[in-house]
Order: sequence, then structure tokens, then C-alpha cells
Amino acid sequence: MSGHSSEANTHGSVKSYLTGFVLSVILTAIPFWMVMTETFDKGPTYITIILLAIVQIFVHLKYFLHLNFSDQGKLDTYSFIFAAVIIVMVVALSVWIIYASNAMMM
Amino acid sequence: MSILGKLSLDAIPYHEPILVGTFSAVVVGALALAYLLIKYNLLGVLWRDWITSIDHKRLGVMYIVLALVMLLRGFSDAIMMRLQLALATNGDPGYLPPHHYDQVFTAHGVIMIIFMAMPFMIGLMNIVVPLQIGARDVAFPFLNNLSFWLTAGGAILINISLFVGEFAKTGWVAYPPLAGLQFSPDVGVDYYIWALQISGIGTTLTAVNFLATVFKMRAPGMKLMDMPIFTWTCTWANILIAASFPILTAVLAMLTLDRYLDFHFFTNDGGGNSMMYINLFWAWGHPEVYILVLPAFGIFSEIVSTFTGKRLFGYKSMVWATASISILGFIVWLHHFFTMGSSANVNAFFGVMTMVIAVPTGVKLFNWLFTMYRGRLRVTVPVLWTLGFMVTFTIGGMTGVLLAVPGADYVLHNSLFLIAHFHNTIIGGAVFGYLAGFAFWFPKAMGFHLNVKLGKAAFWCWLVGFFMAFMPLYVLGFLGMTRRLNHTNNPDWNIWLYIALVGAFIIMAGIICQLLQLYVGFRDRKDNLDTTGDPWNGHTLEWSTSSPPQYYNFAKIPTVSDIDAFTDMKEKGEAYVRHESYEAIHMPKNTAAGILISGCITVMGFALIWHIWWLAALGLFSAFVSLVVRAYTKDVDYYVQPDEVARIEKAHLDSVAKG
Amino acid sequence: MSTTHLNTHDAHDEHHDHDPAPHNVFGFWLYLMTDCLLFASVFATYAVLFMNTAGGVSGKDIFELDFVAYETAALLVSSITYGFAMICAHNKNKSGTLSWLLVTFILGGIFIAMEIYEFHHLIVNGNGPQTSAFLSAFFALVGTHGLHVTAGLIWMAILMIELVVSGFGSRTVTRLSCLSLFWHFLDVVWICVFTVVYLMGAI
Repeated sequence: MSGHSSEANTHGSVKSYLTGFVLSVILTAIPFWMVMTETFDKGPTYITIILLAIVQIFVHLKYFLHLNFSDQGKLDTYSFIFAAVIIVMVVALSVWIIYASNAMMM
Repeated sequence: MSILGKLSLDAIPYHEPILVGTFSAVVVGALALAYLLIKYNLLGVLWRDWITSIDHKRLGVMYIVLALVMLLRGFSDAIMMRLQLALATNGDPGYLPPHHYDQVFTAHGVIMIIFMAMPFMIGLMNIVVPLQIGARDVAFPFLNNLSFWLTAGGAILINISLFVGEFAKTGWVAYPPLAGLQFSPDVGVDYYIWALQISGIGTTLTAVNFLATVFKMRAPGMKLMDMPIFTWTCTWANILIAASFPILTAVLAMLTLDRYLDFHFFTNDGGGNSMMYINLFWAWGHPEVYILVLPAFGIFSEIVSTFTGKRLFGYKSMVWATASISILGFIVWLHHFFTMGSSANVNAFFGVMTMVIAVPTGVKLFNWLFTMYRGRLRVTVPVLWTLGFMVTFTIGGMTGVLLAVPGADYVLHNSLFLIAHFHNTIIGGAVFGYLAGFAFWFPKAMGFHLNVKLGKAAFWCWLVGFFMAFMPLYVLGFLGMTRRLNHTNNPDWNIWLYIALVGAFIIMAGIICQLLQLYVGFRDRKDNLDTTGDPWNGHTLEWSTSSPPQYYNFAKIPTVSDIDAFTDMKEKGEAYVRHESYEAIHMPKNTAAGILISGCITVMGFALIWHIWWLAALGLFSAFVSLVVRAYTKDVDYYVQPDEVARIEKAHLDSVAKG
Repeated sequence: MSTTHLNTHDAHDEHHDHDPAPHNVFGFWLYLMTDCLLFASVFATYAVLFMNTAGGVSGKDIFELDFVAYETAALLVSSITYGFAMICAHNKNKSGTLSWLLVTFILGGIFIAMEIYEFHHLIVNGNGPQTSAFLSAFFALVGTHGLHVTAGLIWMAILMIELVVSGFGSRTVTRLSCLSLFWHFLDVVWICVFTVVYLMGAI
């Protein structure tokens, strides 16, 4: 079913795992440092840690879960994108609904 | 606490004459069935070829048998309710006391949605989808068997609640705080939770299985945009299952934690928010109605194009309409609780989104009409259901758009108008669709035709009965009658309640006709055999196999170059080709692991309902061990030898040649 | 129908012509997508309930970020060690695979032990899940992740036994690949947990 060439890029190498690991350590360390030392104001801290978390999720998807757009891997990627869209819709709309109804009860 | 948890003799409702009568009837029926099975020596066949079967066609048949049995149960509940409401007027208490009546309407909803409609849909999908895409089976045949038995396990639990303890009295949505421990301390809600949870996991696994099947196992040459329309609609239904059933699993788990471990998700105290249950429940519940109806749309599409002898009009627009309905179906759920009192913006957003769904649905209706236009429609039983659907569903859709207006919904919410609306869409859309598919694919699955006269009689009874039973409910809704009333005291309502009861009896006549149709069809099967495998001059690959299809489906996997693959093959003269030689076919073996694992899980569910902790732990552990043992079983497959394939194929082709 | 063909099965055991592996890994990935939705529902619930402390403690009062940082470190390192186990597995290097799996297992075990300690600590101080909706949601969310990690550990143990007993069978690498997806997927979920629950709760 699968050719050997496509196997190489879906399985990852020592180098790609190390790249992903170093990136994710950095992306984890920065938000912890920001929150633990309280160097910045709340607003910028919130925005930064959320952005870094999103970046780190992409790092993990690429280097550890090996999502890609090759012929072999694109179905996995598309199904993830679909799930992500549904998650964003369900979570965002749920939060909107409940927060709005909480506000009505104030 | 005793070794049997909360379970004691008091849990057996021997003082309820209705239940004792039902129980006796079930016992007599079971004994009669057992007697027949033993008399005709069918127990071994039942075990070897059905219960342990991992053949998608046989599992499909078993799903439909489950659905039909549950249809009888759910319909008994329905007629009991209609009878109660027709009797309990002008202040009369009727014959069903509230605590019993409340269980009846809860069970009716749960059973009809989860254990009638879902298995019916999944059954048809099981029989047809692998055949339509030219596959030998689904991607994970053992998982398919396990999913079926998990669904059956849930159904068994819900039926045990009739005779051991009681069922939920909360309505099929089980909203807390009513469904919480404070207001429902009995086991009813626990039966509800575990029946839904176990069958829901089975359904999720089915969706994963069929998605892997259609994405990875299509016949060579079949691109995604070549898939038959029924397969497409099932695929979208499966995507919706995969995306929405986990939400149900999660929300039921949270309700479980509230009830079992004193958590505060949805309680009144401790900062809980019961609105969140309602929110998440419908984030599953709304996609669920599309899960039910999309495959029905696919069935109608296949039927319209087959019986007009034409290609489906606007195949691509049909696929994209299905896709947009699926995605939109995920952002409209709040319309089930406009009256919860979220902000005007929220209500407006969800109201508008709901109305937008009418557009792709309209696209579909016009596609069916254009397919029929200038075609030669053969008015068979499946076509009757399709025509009935087109009229009925359109009415249901229009009342739905009415309910989508938040202002109007504030007036109509929880009235019988709503009840009429969703029965209008679910019966007129989904159930008519499944019954159409049942008539359409019955010869394929079983190898003989059903009795046409009884089939037509069943249709007319259902159609007339439906309108008589549910149009009065629209009127009652406008007159102000709310749902779930046990008795009424308003003379203006009486006449409509009587008419609705008559309608229910006419539907009952329809169901009886269907049962008779099965009996007569089976009795006269020798005269009505489908020898060619293609009784309707079909368009898609399932009709290229024998009826019933060989257990390996296709001796040689077909190569596909057209949406109507079998029509294409017939036109090119490539159908019914005799091959010189065949290759050995790799097949999975039947296994008892599915029923074993799901049996353990069902025992666990029962034990959790009654707080028999040791038994629950034992059930879970046994299920886990069975699963591991199954995972390391080596002897799971075999090869069908070429000469065996050749012999079966020759017999089929000879029978086709004879006609 | 099944009995007539059984006798011929042995002769063909050698050549399994179609490899089930691609289906298995894709099917498992689809299952993980359903799991994503499950986590999303619990996250949504946490998001609407985290302020409902019912007069009790809030996240700022109970979260100890340095402790969480160590938990996170254990899980992150276990991700790369599992990656190395997979590289060894693709080279059919049994001892390498086993040792990296063992390291991963220990790191996962440390993570779970720390989480149990955290839960125990909260409960004995009167901050159990029965206290408030916030704590219910917190325990459910972190606990769901923890249950998944525990399931992953049990699965890993079974696969290690499989490797020790019978080495690389035809499906071992497929099974390891599925567990690999599961393990890295739990990492992604943990990124959301430490960001949304711990960090945002402690700001």
C-alpha cells in the first residue's frame, strides 16, 4: 500500500523529533515564565500565552503527529481540520450562549 | 449496603397490572420463539451465522430486526399515550397514573430515536454502503459486530427497566435539575444514562468504521465524487456522528458524576449551571436529527433515479447540499431552547442559521422533482413512500421555519405544535425514508420480494394515519395545549385528541400490514425469488451482486468509471461477465468476542444502575480481558479458494441467464 | 457458511496480500478526532463554570505552577522518548524500542503519580470536586486527561509484554503507531490544559 519514500516523512527522524522537542520546550517555558514571574500586565500575558499555545499545538501536530499534505497523510490532516472547526464552533458558541444568558440574569 | 446494591424484590413492579401483562406477553413470546428455534434446529445457525457474524450484510439485517422490534415497543408507548389523552379529558384521570405516564413518554422518545431510527439507519447503511463502493466488507469487521452488540446492549438495558425498577420520568432529554439526584433519586435516570452511553459508544465506533471504509476501501477508479448518493449521505451522517456523539458521551458522563459522586455541574447549588447540560445536549441533539434524515434523503435520491430510469438530477449539488446541511446543522442547536433566555443577538444568530438550512434542503427537493420531470416513474412501493415523504416533509419543514423565528417560538415552545413539527419531519422524513429503503433493498438483502399489495396498504395506512394523528396536534398547539400533559380539562381540545387517537390506530393498521407483508413474503418466497440480483434495473454496484449477495460480495473487485457504475457496466456489456479464473479471497472469521465484550459491558451498566459495585468492576474487567484476548487472537481470517468462488459465481450467472 | 472453507486456511498463512495497517492507523486517528470532541465538551464546560466557585477557592488559590511545570516537563520529555521508541521500532530494533518504551512508561508514571498527589492534596484540604462547580469541572477535565494517560500506560505495558514475549509480529509496529498517535495527542490536550486551566487560572 505505502511506498517507502512516503514512510520516511510520516515517521519522522531523530532530527525532526529533536527540532519539535526543542521548539515545544521553548514554547512551554515562555508562558510559564511569564505567568510565574508576573513580568507583564494581565492583558498581554493572556494574549501571549494563548498565541504560544496555538503555535505549540501546530509544532506538535507537525513534528510528533506528522500531519502533512502528502497523498498518504492528507486525509488525516483534513479530518483534523474538520474536527478543529467543529470544536471552535461548539466551544465558542457554547461560551457565547452561556455567558450571554448569565449576563441576562445579572 | 447489601451485596446487590439498591436491588431488591421491591424493584419488581408486580403490583402494576399493565406491566405484569406486558411481562407475561414477553415471556410467552420468548418461549414461543425458543420453541420454534429448537423445533427447527436453528439455534446453531443463529449462533454461527448471525450472532457471531461479522458480515456487514447480516449485521445490517440484525440492526433492522432490532429496529423493528423496538418500533413495536415504541409504538406501544405511543398508542398508550394517545389512549390516555383521549380518555383523560374533562378532568377524568384516565388509566395511566402520572408516574407511569411520564416513564412512557420518556421511553417512547428514547426508544424511537436511539433504538428504532438509529439502528434502522445503520442497518440499511451496513447492508448497502460496502456494496455500493465495491468493497468486500467494512474496514473493521469485528468492530462492526461489537458496535451492533453494544447498541443491542443499550436496548436490552432500557427494556429491563420495564420489569426491574423503573425508567426515567424526565422526558427523553433528561434535563437537570429534574434529572439530578435531588429530584430523581430513583434508578430511572440511571437506566437512561447507561442505555444511552453504551449504545452511543457503539454508534461512535460504527461511524469511525464506516468513515475508514469509504475513505480507504472504495473500488479502484471510484473517486469521492463518484460515490453513490446514498453512500455520500451516509458518509455525512457518519461525520456528524463522529463529531456529535462524543458531546453526548461527555454530557452524560457529567450528569453521571453529578448523580453518583456529588459533583456540581448541573445542580442548583454549588455553582452548577443546568443550562450547560441543555446546551451540550442539543449540541449533540441537533446534529442527531440530521444523522437520522440525511441517509433518508440519500435513499429517496436512489429511488427517484432508479424508478424514473434516469440519472439523478444535480448529483454534485446534492452532495454539496448534504455537506452544507451537515455543517449548518452544527450551528443551529440553540433553536431548541430559544426560551432559555439568552441574549437577543444569540437568538437572532441561531434563528437566522436555522432558516438558512431550508435553502440546501430546498435544493434537494427540486433535484428530486427535476429528476422525475419527463421521466417514466414506475409507481412501486418505494416510490409511494418517496412521494409521501416529499409532501409530508415539506409541510414539516415549513412549520420548522416557523418555529425558527424566535418570537414565534416563545409562543409555540413546548406546545403540541412542536410535537407535531418534529414528528412531521422525523416520521415524514426519516421513517418514511427507512421504510422506502426497506422495500427497495429487501430483495437484495433477503433474496425474495415482499408482497406488493400489503406494502401499498401499509403505505396508505401510514400516510393517512400520520396526517390524522399529527395535524390535530398543530391545532392543539395553537389552542394552547402543552406537551407531556397527563390529563386535560378543556372541552375545546377533546375532539382533536379523539381524531389523533384514530390516526394512531390507522398507523397501527399500517404496522400490522407491514408485519403481514413480512409473513406473506416469507411464506411465498419460493414464488418471488429475485434470481437476477437486479430487480429494479438499478444503477449502482449493489445490484451487480446476487440476491442475497455472496458473503465475499464481489468475486472480482469492479473497476469504476461512472457515478452510476452498474448502469455504465450494463451499457458497456461488462456486467455479468464470466471469468476464466478467480483468485483466493481473504476473509475475516466470525467471532463470539463482540457479544462477549458487549455482554460484559451491559452487565456493568446494569450493576452501575443498581450500585452493585463489585459486579460493575467485574464486568469492566472481563470486558477488558476479552478485548485483550481478542487483540492477540491469531486465528482470525481465512481464504476462500478460487474453485469455491468459481462454483458460486457460476451458479449465480446461470441463474441470471435463466432470468 | 463459515465452516466449509476453514480447512484451506493454513496453506495461505504466509502471504498476507493486503496489509491492514493503513486502515488501522487511519481508523485510530478518526477515533482520536472523536476524542478531541469529547475533550472539547469538557473544556467548554470548564470555560463556563470556572468562575462558579460557590464562595470556595478559585484557581489562583490552589494552583501551584512550579509543580505543574514539572508535570509538564515529564509529559513533554515522554513525548520525545516515545518518538525515539518509534524510530527504533521502524528499524525493528527490539531492545532499543523496549528501553525507550520503558523510559516513556516511567515518565508517564511520574506524571500520573504527580497528578494523583495533586488531587489527593486538594481533597484532604477540603477542595474536592464536591465543593463547587469550578472544582467539579477542574477535576473532570484534568481527570479525563489523566484517565487517558493511564489507559495509555496500560496499553504501553501490554505492548511491552508483547515485545518481550514474541518480538516484532506483523502488527506490532501498527499497534505502536496507534499508541504513538494516542500519546502525542494527549500531549496536545495537555498544552490546552496547562494553558487554559493552570496558567490562565493563575494570572
